[in-house]
Amino acid sequence: MKYNTIFKKIAALSLSALLTVGAFTACSGSGSDNASADNAGEKSNATYRTVDEIKQSGKVIIGVFSDKAPFGYVDENGQYQGYDVYFAERIGKDLGVKVEYVSTDPASRVEYAATGKVDIVLANFTVTEERAEKVDFALPYMKVKLGVVSPDSAVVRSIDDLKDKTLIVVKGTTAETYFEKNEPDVKLQKYDEYADAYNALLQGRGDAFSTDNTEVLAWALLNPGYTVGIDALGSADTIAPAVQKGNTTLLNWLNDEIKALGNENFFHADYDATLASVYGSAANPDSLVVEGGVVD
Amino acid sequence: MQGSGIEVLFLGSNFARLLEGLWVTMRISILAVVMSVPLGILFGLFMTLQNPIAKAVSRVYLEFIRIMPQLVLLFIAYFGVTRAFGWNWDAEFSAVLVFTLWGTAEMGDLVRGALKSIPQHQYDSAQALGMSRMQTFGYIIIPQTLRRLLPPTINLTTRMIKTTSLVVLIGITEVLKVGKQIIDVNRFRYPTASLWVYGAVFILYFLACWPVSVLAKYLEKRWR
Repeated sequence: MKYNTIFKKIAALSLSALLTVGAFTACSGSGSDNASADNAGEKSNATYRTVDEIKQSGKVIIGVFSDKAPFGYVDENGQYQGYDVYFAERIGKDLGVKVEYVSTDPASRVEYAATGKVDIVLANFTVTEERAEKVDFALPYMKVKLGVVSPDSAVVRSIDDLKDKTLIVVKGTTAETYFEKNEPDVKLQKYDEYADAYNALLQGRGDAFSTDNTEVLAWALLNPGYTVGIDALGSADTIAPAVQKGNTTLLNWLNDEIKALGNENFFHADYDATLASVYGSAANPDSLVVEGGVVD
Repeated sequence: MQGSGIEVLFLGSNFARLLEGLWVTMRISILAVVMSVPLGILFGLFMTLQNPIAKAVSRVYLEFIRIMPQLVLLFIAYFGVTRAFGWNWDAEFSAVLVFTLWGTAEMGDLVRGALKSIPQHQYDSAQALGMSRMQTFGYIIIPQTLRRLLPPTINLTTRMIKTTSLVVLIGITEVLKVGKQIIDVNRFRYPTASLWVYGAVFILYFLACWPVSVLAKYLEKRWR
């Protein structure tokens, strides 16, 4: 998440450089458009693969996180695991193809989907308007809100409890933007890394720590003496698969898939298999899982 | 806080995965170094030409590569090229390409500097001794240039090895990324594992760069 701002700068830079290059090729007409792009009458640089092309090739390429347990991570045997990966495996099974994983980072996942380097990005990808301009999001399969964790001795149960207190946040996260925008009275103490932020809380440098509710819930469970006093703050952000803009066949296939999986409560099974052991009884699966793409 | 965290290094195939990651790092940097040293020498010679066009071309190339952060170059080579032309280059190919372009530019400038630093009287003396142009370069200029080039070249090589950690952003899982994966999986069970994993990564990088320094020392002694 902290890479976001760096990435924006880089993206802006490289984009402007490339637009210049792109303009040249458009004039000279030397751009080697690929066949599917011609057929679809899309932009000349569309490189996505349709559902049929994926099936023919025998593998679907899915971008996932490789270091964000429990959503996408690599276990000690080098196997991809997690909530996103569980879903990715099912996509592979239902397409009848093998899944090839590509390790993505918060900073590069938009580009992966936007350039069609991967067929689908399943990397705990929060839907935002800004991102939706660059990639196409399918229906959501998860939702997150903010959570606030604090010591048992002085549990923060509402925003009012935070008045004139110090709140720890991690730079570049939604928690930082939310509190800066909506709660200017709360004093923020910012850290670059999650590990530093947690250590600051343990050392009592701040009164509470806020980030995605999933993250604080998991942490509080393993650190006795700390409680998540607020577990659903701010508006619910949804998390959805993303594909390259214009890849309608794959987008429709994914939407149908997510709706169909809703009938068998697939994502609850996914939750049980991957998240339940981490969150335990601290979280209610219904507050995280979205079935059939319907957010209430 | 359970355990000291060092056992994390030996869970499952973790250590083998770290070594595999190191091999990826080395593969990319060795290829890039092996290509950019000869190319850089040629580029350095090209830069010393008195031709104004050659000067302009090499200036633009050098400044472009030097001003652009390597990360931007990587993004352009990997994502940008696909965006603009639809060419889907492999991530490792893009990485080797970018590091070779970068290495060539830097190496070229080192060669140019080393050549320029040979005083004019060396050329004049060689001429006075009746040496041909080829002989002057072969016996007088190149041996001196090589000696002056050695330390900065070693410096560039180790810098290239370490800078390859940027390739994670185009999806290549190299040694540092493997380390982060291991730390993340164990961040609840072994909160102190990061110290050990980063320690191991540090030692691996050291083992990768150290032989280069040893080689340099050996050559410097031999050439004295």
